[in-house]
Amino acid sequence: MKFLDEYRDGELVSELGRRIAATAAHDWTIMEVCGGQTHTILKSGLEELLPGNVQLVHGPGCPVCVTPLELIDAAVEVAMRPGVVFTSFGDMLRVPGSRLSLLDARARGADVRIVYSPLDAVELARRMQEKEVVFFAVGFETTAPANAMAVWQAANTGVENFSIVSAHVLVPPAMEAVLGSPECRVQAFLAPGHVCAVDGYEQYEAVANRYGVPVVVTGFEPVDLMEGILGAVRQLEDGRAEVENRYSRAVKREGNQEARRIVAEVFETSSRKWRGIGAIPNSGLCLRPAYASFDALTRFGAQTGEVAEPEQCQAGRVLQGLLKPTGCAAFGTHCTPDHPLGAPMVSSEGACAAYYLYGGRD
Amino acid sequence: MAHGGGGRMTERLIEDVFLPAFVGAELGRRHDGAYLPELQRRLAVTTDCFVVKPLLFPGGSIGSLAVHGTVNDLAMCGARPLYLTAGFVLEEGLEIALLRRVVTDMAAAARESGVEIITADTKVVERGKGDGVYINTTGIGECLIGEAGPWRAEPGDAVIVSGDLGRHGIAILSVREGIEFSTRIESDAMALWPAVSALIAAGIEIHCLRDLTRGGLSSALNEIARARGVEINIDEATIPISEPVRGACEFLGLDPLYVANEGRFCVIVPGGEAPRAVGVLKSTGLALDARVIGALCEGRSRVVMKTRIGGRRIVDMLSGEQLPRIC
Amino acid sequence: MCLAVPGRVVEIEGAEPAFLRGKVDFGGVLKEVALPFTPEVKVGEYVLVHAGFALQVLDESEARRTLDDLNQLGMLDPPPEGPG
Repeated sequence: MKFLDEYRDGELVSELGRRIAATAAHDWTIMEVCGGQTHTILKSGLEELLPGNVQLVHGPGCPVCVTPLELIDAAVEVAMRPGVVFTSFGDMLRVPGSRLSLLDARARGADVRIVYSPLDAVELARRMQEKEVVFFAVGFETTAPANAMAVWQAANTGVENFSIVSAHVLVPPAMEAVLGSPECRVQAFLAPGHVCAVDGYEQYEAVANRYGVPVVVTGFEPVDLMEGILGAVRQLEDGRAEVENRYSRAVKREGNQEARRIVAEVFETSSRKWRGIGAIPNSGLCLRPAYASFDALTRFGAQTGEVAEPEQCQAGRVLQGLLKPTGCAAFGTHCTPDHPLGAPMVSSEGACAAYYLYGGRD
Repeated sequence: MAHGGGGRMTERLIEDVFLPAFVGAELGRRHDGAYLPELQRRLAVTTDCFVVKPLLFPGGSIGSLAVHGTVNDLAMCGARPLYLTAGFVLEEGLEIALLRRVVTDMAAAARESGVEIITADTKVVERGKGDGVYINTTGIGECLIGEAGPWRAEPGDAVIVSGDLGRHGIAILSVREGIEFSTRIESDAMALWPAVSALIAAGIEIHCLRDLTRGGLSSALNEIARARGVEINIDEATIPISEPVRGACEFLGLDPLYVANEGRFCVIVPGGEAPRAVGVLKSTGLALDARVIGALCEGRSRVVMKTRIGGRRIVDMLSGEQLPRIC
Repeated sequence: MCLAVPGRVVEIEGAEPAFLRGKVDFGGVLKEVALPFTPEVKVGEYVLVHAGFALQVLDESEARRTLDDLNQLGMLDPPPEGPG
């Protein structure tokens, strides 16, 4: 497949690995923010091709992993209401709240369905006038335009039986939260290429300047990741801290203006609690007042109380790159994909699940 | 169709739908059970329940699946499939035309597989208590070789797959509500006995056979590795996957190693026999993409894959069904 | 986060920009995709698709340029001048 196969070329990846080894004279710790990149790294066995002095740590860029328990509980509560058809991307279904996951809710009779696109949920609402169709609008900047467009289309075509549980999160505030931690050991970032495809990379320039860290916009295939790492290592060795775009086939500095416009029309930034990390100012998106009638939690009066995480779970430290999944005492023993303590063990792109599945257990 | 407790409605179903399709001498006698002739060889028996949504999919239906699934389990025992029993649970309100299609598919698949449906049963449950049709089939076959199973697999043996992976699972997803897409992918569902019998006829020493159904290649290999206590090493670059299956897996975020197949199997043979076994499989015309994808070695009970880019990773069992994802 | 996959646009329909849709080919599989964020896209071009939406038209010349640079490995990057 074009635009994929070229970037999975083993020889090119090996050559880039040799370049990285030749360039890295010192020890460096680089964080890939995005869980999708963590997934590629482990799935393709990329770390074996890196020199020992270049360490990758895995970041908080998994929207499923950082969705707080209370929001999942509220979603489950809405899904269990009579007359509700609850729709979601497949990612969220298995993630346990404090009591149930959406799959558990389905087993207890809730009508929970997987959709590929949020527009499928709007279409479902159009077809099922007698039902209330709710969509679990989870995602980073990449997914926000799709979710915003679903709300906008519902509003502009008179689909009133549609609403969303908004669980959006934003990357730059999370990067700053990681950098702001006194224990932070991240020296450079691979910025998430698909977030940047939407939002551009202007806003990362401020982060690079303020904290003096290189930020390399990076794609998702093995060649892309090696290129991103090489770019970061070169900056670190040179003592530079710039924003550099290594995913230029998909990312422009200004991002996608049309997509950004619809997000700004429908959503506004809000404070948001990140699972395992805590509240981060301006790190979430909620519906603007003009679209507030599409808020499912308000529509159904669902409660979002405070819920404590299991004490054994170190997800917060894993998500901030302070702990490798294998460094957690519960990893693979009290915490497995079948019996997860925290979301990073559940989500397909969670770091703990990736280590468990692809063999970081040695 | 109405809820029938064994009265006239069920009787009419049997007369109108089942008997005309399943034209076997033994079923036609309409006794409480079937009499079988004495058999010469050791028998193999297997049973399976079939639930699938939607009931019809590109390249088959629950009817053909209920035959293939069971005769293939017999083939994996090295047994020629001879007889099937069939049990149906029908949901009230099911369209007769749909049932007829399912039953016709089932009869055709049985005919092609050379098995006779010797006894059958039908129950109707209330609307909302089932997904249209559930089918159970039990198969009886005669063993043409000694036991083949994970316990006979040895370090040094080769792992061969019979063809490209993932078509069945992707064909089902392509017509599932909320995910549907248009495609040329048809289910790979088919009877595996002709390919297995060719291996037996050629005198290949078969150590283990396993069909790659639910959980796909990954589950089958992990089961073998764990049961035998060996490590299985596979090479990603050699695993056959068609372009459309890859394409669908890419945008749905699925790993084809975990996607279900209904007409693919792996066979484990001594390393030296592997090239000939691949040749025999290809010569049947039913396994043109057959190839060696790996080998067994001493080690821990696990499956390790050399990735396309030259890294190594574990291929683990999946917990639960793979769900399409956006992350 | 954010599984986004490149595919080739084979059909575009709809006049109103916010409701623009099309069919995208992923290795022979066709999927309906919403195109409101890429109104400039033409049939035959590749888009990056996420959650049923095209997020960007992929820049073929930019892709070719970077791949050429990489493939001519001598030109990949100047080797470092030594530790420093």
